[in-house]
Amino acid sequence: MSEAEKFNPVIVGFLCNWCSYRAADLAGTSRMGYPATLRDIRIMCTGRLDPTFVLRALQGGADGVLIMGCHPGQCHYQEGNYKAIRRFALLKRVLQQLGLEEERVQLHWASAAQGLLFAETVSRMTRQIQALGPLDWKHNWPNEEPFMLLQPYLHEEVAHGR
Amino acid sequence: MADKPKLALYWASSCGGCEIAVLGLHEKILDVAAAFDIVFWPCVIDIKYADVEAMAPGSIDVCLFNGAIRNDENARMAHILREKSKVLIAFGACACGGAIPGLANFSSREEMFEWIYFQSPTTENAARVFPQRHTRVDEGELELPAFWNTVKSLSQVVPVDYYLPGCPPEVQSIELAVQALVTGELPPSGAVIGLNIAVCDECPRERKDKKIKRFYRPQEIIPNPDECLLDQGLYCAGVATRAGCNARCPQVGIGCRGCYGPLDGVYDHGARLLSAIASIIDADTAEDVEAVLETLPDPAGYFYRYYLPQSLLRRKARENGQKKSAAEKKPAAAVAD
Repeated sequence: MSEAEKFNPVIVGFLCNWCSYRAADLAGTSRMGYPATLRDIRIMCTGRLDPTFVLRALQGGADGVLIMGCHPGQCHYQEGNYKAIRRFALLKRVLQQLGLEEERVQLHWASAAQGLLFAETVSRMTRQIQALGPLDWKHNWPNEEPFMLLQPYLHEEVAHGR
Repeated sequence: MADKPKLALYWASSCGGCEIAVLGLHEKILDVAAAFDIVFWPCVIDIKYADVEAMAPGSIDVCLFNGAIRNDENARMAHILREKSKVLIAFGACACGGAIPGLANFSSREEMFEWIYFQSPTTENAARVFPQRHTRVDEGELELPAFWNTVKSLSQVVPVDYYLPGCPPEVQSIELAVQALVTGELPPSGAVIGLNIAVCDECPRERKDKKIKRFYRPQEIIPNPDECLLDQGLYCAGVATRAGCNARCPQVGIGCRGCYGPLDGVYDHGARLLSAIASIIDADTAEDVEAVLETLPDPAGYFYRYYLPQSLLRRKARENGQKKSAAEKKPAAAVAD
């Protein structure tokens, strides 16, 4: 665990309300131990996961992103996780072209009964990212100035109530 | 003459197509000349940088700035023109989002120099001659602007008032902007001047339920002239790209390339395209999806063809990106960014 003491990664988790979020609850109520690296965000379905969320997490300082949903065939909305499979496969290719290591963004399934699987998945991903080191994406950008951090016109539009 | 608003045009890292687009107004260019006093336009009038620097701050009413920011010269002119202009418009896809010059963000300056000056098959350069920032000649020292590692959009360097996307902006888009400027009926500051609907809304092709088993590249099939290109497996960015061009490319059988960029409220054009394109794949298991994706080479290149510098991640990770010192160790030639 000496390596873990050196670097505590930040993993943003997008967990499906119906399965994986319940699996996380189960892991908690069952007092299963796993590293406190996951910042979990509940989404209603992995089919709701816009790839923008993942990119935003990576840009904002996450070292990895873990997407978890229901097993194929068990989606609460029939086919949401199939949409996630398609988007994830394409996203993985794009991220690879952008020079991101494969382990940094992962998609896994866990049903509401699989608290142990959830805890193991988080533990395994934490170890993988510890081996890779911090991502710190903004180091790739030189000479940043404060007003450049987001597309400025988006803020302007919000300010103008458009 | 003195009462007319003053207009400036400048090209940074661009191909010159935006200049042609302005001239493409044809006889309406005379209306522009009648309405504006053109004070700076290197492509068309004889004027030097020193002349612009001598102008008073805010003395230019409107500046149409095209081109991405890829070196010190581009950035310097962006700062100068921002100071001198009351209204600065990012004109064209390069100024709005980095566009084609921004594809350089898929590699590093070192890789580019290596390929262009040494490795490319048409290059014979045994003496390893390549541009230096400073060169001594008999007449004195010559200086080249520093070549950046990362291409930026205009708004990443200076604040921008309006955006006019397109590669190049279509005549009707330019007319819309000129109209707004002349009448003073401008949208809120920071807005994109144009429509807020997708290219699909302007496209006359017939759309059905999209389910495709494989992608085709343009040379592989002759598309049906009436059906949606995406339905036929041809990559088309029209689904997540702003309209304004009358669906020019899809109308002639070429998939939309995405030059008008994202619609209002979208943070990352490529991510929206990715999401839309992935959702039409007709496969349910990871293996089957992978097989379909094998027919779509270079997806990042497709999705970020015009807006990589303006996307959330902006560029490919640099070698040892997280270890700053290692990345900065190898300056090729024209240094620093």
